[in-house]
Amino acid sequence: MIVIVDYGIGNLASVVNMFKKIGVKDVCISSDKVVIEKATKILLPGVGAFDAGMINLEKSGLIPLLNRKVLEEKTPVLGVCLGMQLLTKKSEEGVKNGLGWIDAETIKFDFNPLQKLKIPHMGWNYIKVNKANPLIDNENKSRFYFVHSYYVKCFDETQSVATSNYGIDFTCMVNKGNIYGAQFHPEKSLKFGMKLLENFTKL
Amino acid sequence: MALKRIIPCLLYDGNGLVKTVKFKNPSYVGDPINAIKIFNDKEVDELILIDINASKQKRKPHFDKIANMASEAFMPFAYGGGVKTYEDFSTLYKIGVEKVVVNSLIQEKPEVLKKVIEQYGSQAVIACVDFKKSIFGTIQPYSYLGFKIKFTLIDYATYLANDIGVGELMLNSVDKEGTWEGYDIKTSEQLLNAIDIPVIVSGGCGKIDDLKNILYQSNANAAAIGSMAVFSKKGMGVLINFPDRKNVIVE
Repeated sequence: MIVIVDYGIGNLASVVNMFKKIGVKDVCISSDKVVIEKATKILLPGVGAFDAGMINLEKSGLIPLLNRKVLEEKTPVLGVCLGMQLLTKKSEEGVKNGLGWIDAETIKFDFNPLQKLKIPHMGWNYIKVNKANPLIDNENKSRFYFVHSYYVKCFDETQSVATSNYGIDFTCMVNKGNIYGAQFHPEKSLKFGMKLLENFTKL
Repeated sequence: MALKRIIPCLLYDGNGLVKTVKFKNPSYVGDPINAIKIFNDKEVDELILIDINASKQKRKPHFDKIANMASEAFMPFAYGGGVKTYEDFSTLYKIGVEKVVVNSLIQEKPEVLKKVIEQYGSQAVIACVDFKKSIFGTIQPYSYLGFKIKFTLIDYATYLANDIGVGELMLNSVDKEGTWEGYDIKTSEQLLNAIDIPVIVSGGCGKIDDLKNILYQSNANAAAIGSMAVFSKKGMGVLINFPDRKNVIVE
């Protein structure tokens, strides 16, 4: 069973809709420890500010359970958008510590005014797969939908498996063992996102 | 770099999809769910659906129908029409709408908009700015509900971007809407040069060159298409379609 963790943040309907579209029936949205305990895959969604996300996760009381499921039992987990940023150790957006599952931090886009780049980075962009991983086929030219003002900077470059470019090349997918993150929104990225979520279900 | 976007803008009258010309004479063009399924297959970048009667009839958005539409939209989905309260916004975001398009609410309750943006972020709100040529030949923001907008077009857009804090503007020429004559390039360029947030130019697109020009010469972030997305040609029958991206988008 795939459990989409509901910690009061993010547009969860879209994620469920896409799982249903690709024929996954065993999927639910939950904040219930009993349900999450049974998860064979975990999706950590998220939209909004880093601290708000961490505070909500803390309030939910789910962090010890998630740590055990992910770090000890090695349940595959996919963090999406803010959900990926929460996998890192900390963020320039706030003062709270992240989950720290990935050896990385989250920093703000900082452009020279002459670059005339608008923040957030919003819209479709291509990604470049730098390291083979089961979620994405690096043969295909895939484009994804992004909305974000902060990005993940990996201390351990081997955990940065795909990059995109907005003023700079930045990490848009991370992977460390059973832990995956996508900065973009697969649930809003047409067949490209469907393929990625389908690959996640097959892990 | 973020890619330029082409966005079908669908008009909904409370029952089905319609298309208007200069905001008048709506003609029926089909069922929204069916259209959205076709747009998935055509890999469109984003969709906007506007309920053109909700505010006029002072009714709530059809949340159930919108939820059904959103559940079929596997691309970013924006909705506008009759959204008046903070709870209306929350409901829409919850049922799978990414962005809410606002128009008359800007005059009615700017404080609600500010609160929504604080909670959900600027990217969750698109301000639709309609404009029209006055009898004196000047360009003015236009309200289809008859609100007096005292600003010039540029000042109005600046106010929306800086004071209200919306994440995107949809700039719509009422005089061009549904005409297939091409976008209002001059006005669009003036606005694009004046403000920093992304702009979706809307109203008048009739051919591939219109899209190329507005996106790459005028440097709009996105271009909305209306008639071109629902008719096969000007004056011809209904056909849900979308230009071949390869012919427009530079990658």
